[in-house]
Amino acid sequence: MTQRFSALWRSRRLPASWSTAALTALALASVAPPHLLAQTKGTWLLQDARIVPVSGPALDHGAVLVRDGLIEAVGANLPGLNIPKDASVIDCKGLTIYPGLVDGLSNWGLTNSPPTSAAPAAGGRGGGRGPAPAPAAPTPTPAPQGQTASRGPEDRPSTTSWIKAADQLYPNDRALETARNGGFTSAVTFPTGNIFSGQGSVINLAGERAGDLVLAEAVGQYLSLRTAGFRSYPGSLMGTIAYIRQIYLDADRYKLAKAIYEKHPQGLQRPAYDRALEGVLASQRILLPATRNVEVERMLAFAQELKINDVKVNAILYGGHEAWRSIDVLKQSGTPVLLSLKYPEKATDADPALDEADRILELRDKAPNTPGALAKAGIKFAFYSDGVATPRELKAAVKKAIDAGLDPAAALRALTLSPAEIFGVSDRIGSIEKGKIANLVVADGDLFATSTKVKYVFIDGARFEPPVEEAAPARPNGGRGAGRGGPAR
Amino acid sequence: MNRRTLLITLAAPVATPFLTKLAAQSAASGNDTVLIQNATILTITNGTVKGSILLQGGKIAAIGEKVLAPTGAKVIDGAGKFVMPGIIDCHSHIMAEAINEGSVSVSSMVGIEDVLNPEDIGIYRALAGGVTTANILHGSANSIGGKTIVMKMRWGKNAQAMKFEGAMPGIKFALGENPKRAGQAVAAGLAGAPTGARYPATRMGVEDVIREAFNDAKDYKAVWAAYNAKAAKGEIVIPPNRDLKLDALVEVLDGKRLVHAHCYRQDEILMLIHVADDYGFKIRTFQHVLEGYKVAKEIAAHGAGASTFADWWAYKLEAQDAIPWNAAILVKKGVLTSLNSDDAELMRHLDKEAAKTVKYGGLTETEALSLVTINPAKQLKIDNRVGSLEVGKDADVLLYDAHPLSNFSKVEKVWIDGHPYFDRDEDIANRTKKDLEKKALIQKASADQRGPGGRGGTATPPPTTPQEGSNQ
Repeated sequence: MTQRFSALWRSRRLPASWSTAALTALALASVAPPHLLAQTKGTWLLQDARIVPVSGPALDHGAVLVRDGLIEAVGANLPGLNIPKDASVIDCKGLTIYPGLVDGLSNWGLTNSPPTSAAPAAGGRGGGRGPAPAPAAPTPTPAPQGQTASRGPEDRPSTTSWIKAADQLYPNDRALETARNGGFTSAVTFPTGNIFSGQGSVINLAGERAGDLVLAEAVGQYLSLRTAGFRSYPGSLMGTIAYIRQIYLDADRYKLAKAIYEKHPQGLQRPAYDRALEGVLASQRILLPATRNVEVERMLAFAQELKINDVKVNAILYGGHEAWRSIDVLKQSGTPVLLSLKYPEKATDADPALDEADRILELRDKAPNTPGALAKAGIKFAFYSDGVATPRELKAAVKKAIDAGLDPAAALRALTLSPAEIFGVSDRIGSIEKGKIANLVVADGDLFATSTKVKYVFIDGARFEPPVEEAAPARPNGGRGAGRGGPAR
Repeated sequence: MNRRTLLITLAAPVATPFLTKLAAQSAASGNDTVLIQNATILTITNGTVKGSILLQGGKIAAIGEKVLAPTGAKVIDGAGKFVMPGIIDCHSHIMAEAINEGSVSVSSMVGIEDVLNPEDIGIYRALAGGVTTANILHGSANSIGGKTIVMKMRWGKNAQAMKFEGAMPGIKFALGENPKRAGQAVAAGLAGAPTGARYPATRMGVEDVIREAFNDAKDYKAVWAAYNAKAAKGEIVIPPNRDLKLDALVEVLDGKRLVHAHCYRQDEILMLIHVADDYGFKIRTFQHVLEGYKVAKEIAAHGAGASTFADWWAYKLEAQDAIPWNAAILVKKGVLTSLNSDDAELMRHLDKEAAKTVKYGGLTETEALSLVTINPAKQLKIDNRVGSLEVGKDADVLLYDAHPLSNFSKVEKVWIDGHPYFDRDEDIANRTKKDLEKKALIQKASADQRGPGGRGGTATPPPTTPQEGSNQ
């Protein structure tokens, strides 16, 4: 395989940050193998590949020209003479190029776990590289205000609606590297852990500074239905739902009150500034949790009810394991679904004598059928990692859905163009098209086949080479090897 | 435990819900025409009829000694059998995925409606015991609890479609030990942390909380009235906040929301009557009301109902001074009285609870059955639709194999809106099949889990012995 590292650094346009990058790269190179580092944002010609653009039919013997972080051209192989002089050519014979994978709801980039390359090698793990599960670090969301119990909605309990993932990013988060190595190039990453957790951001999984990662800084508000405990409002599911309803009523009135006050500041009492409501009003979309069919129906009805100044709130459901039973209502409402790739499992410490309800047994059995059922019904959905830490496990979960009837093309779409569409960034990422951001994954076969290796990942046109996996000790199916810590969360 | 497993199995035949759309499915979607002949028909309100009852278009179409079967009608021979209206439970917590918003003393902003689970197996079990309508309440953790909702047990439908159309909404109040318990930090396991305590800690405090809440509600109503008046005059004004908590209390003041008050002792029953009189609203029902027999006259004078237990008491101090004659005394003193379950298990034999009042207090059979049919219907203001067998009322009908007040009787079939929701024979016939299906699921899951190179065969094999009593 030709691997030319003679990227033409066009010094006349070399920005200052690149020098820094180069220096950092040199510094890191002394402790980390060079292949972990990004190559440059140069000009790359990926020749003679099978191209799966997702937005259109696959193309054999095609070429992708990448320049300055963007896809400059996609098409048939360029005859030798037409190869741009500044391009580094990568012969992709036998390889397939896909759009970079997107995690539709993630916390990647929000955990402050140091990258493996900078961390001391963990004993016996081959330099600590490879797709190790990221430790289950809590999302850095601010603690609920104060220590005292919330006495009602007016205390804005468990609310940090005003924060944005983009403002909380750790570009060195090890999870980014782990995901990248498996072909993920982007994620819609969200602060979680509160009822109104804050807004998610679409990020690329590589960049020098936090700001470099961000594609869209505020794409929607993450809601959970958590409770604050028996002694602090809300202490129950119905309390949480009532709280959310009250917040939307308050936001509605707040917007109106502010508008009236702006016009007539004299003689009117000013409406108090409320950051919780500002955050809610700034959110274009809301993510609502719904795993069971009952929850899907409940949240769809609830979303219909929430309005600000007669404008319906755009809802997206997340979870969705039992959504195979909710096809009709989902189709009717047109609400997109983010499907968790962490299938429900029996707790490892469950009482073996426990007689479980049919419904629970059925849920575990049928969860992998859901993606196929949604695809068949034409319901928009995307996959998300839900704490599953490694791309290997994520792809295994996708494979399970494919085995249960999901069309492989639909599976790919649910990890590329569909999440981009759901979050309004499909004009930038999600497919291999001229002008889009050069987020690509180059693999030596079908992306979801177990034996397939990711050869290169391009993010913003910068090339990454995942470390060659040693003949990995096959993970026993479903076995929780001691010491692996299991999936995060 | 056995009972539980039995009922899970028992529930299985109709466990596949047909959830097709969010919109309420028509209540009268069961267009089955059913004629039950030769039965003993306990109408509750119009005596006993030996003859036939016709269910058509979701309603009771005819009752009489002889009723001709319309074409296409399903005819059931009711010889030796009994027909009565569906049982109504004025106090239940089934199908609620949350019961108490106990963090605050007044939680009228929350509602059971938001957390209904139409797949709760308790619904099917209640059907098997003849319950067709239930009032689903918030818990008793606070002086003013959450909003309640009346549901029909249309098992298999979604939550929206199970709501009793047009039934008035309610709200839970609670007096005594439960609401004041949260004020006692130590009792709540917060030793040394009195800051965690929630007001109130005494019965006096409970009264204060209710009065304060209605003071706030009146102020809130006045603020909105003032705003509306100004806005109507075209003045530039900023609207006040909508407050979900006070909205519900204003509805109580306006008579648009029924108050169901959990209580035990006579003193606090009188207290709440005084509070309601002071603020100009009515208590619709006193719930539990174990000392109701002491203040029956006062309860009747207020126009409140009483919804009690036949003989369940002594589970706490304030539930000591109870007698099995309570329901009968209340009835005889002119209080609109019902028996409720407050419990998913008790809910399945409310008929037998009613029977106890014949022994204790000497109620007639009709009076006894009224305690679980027409009386709770009146308390919930749904007696124009349900609670008795009358032409034009909803076809919520039970078929028993013997007199419902007999310990040996069983519910054989249940119709709601003329649609069959429970059939004992069908259920029994399907049990083996459902057992096998479940076993197959368990075995499949267990095989998946072991997988290649899995747990070294330590997984416990799934239980294969049939559950005791599953053939009953």
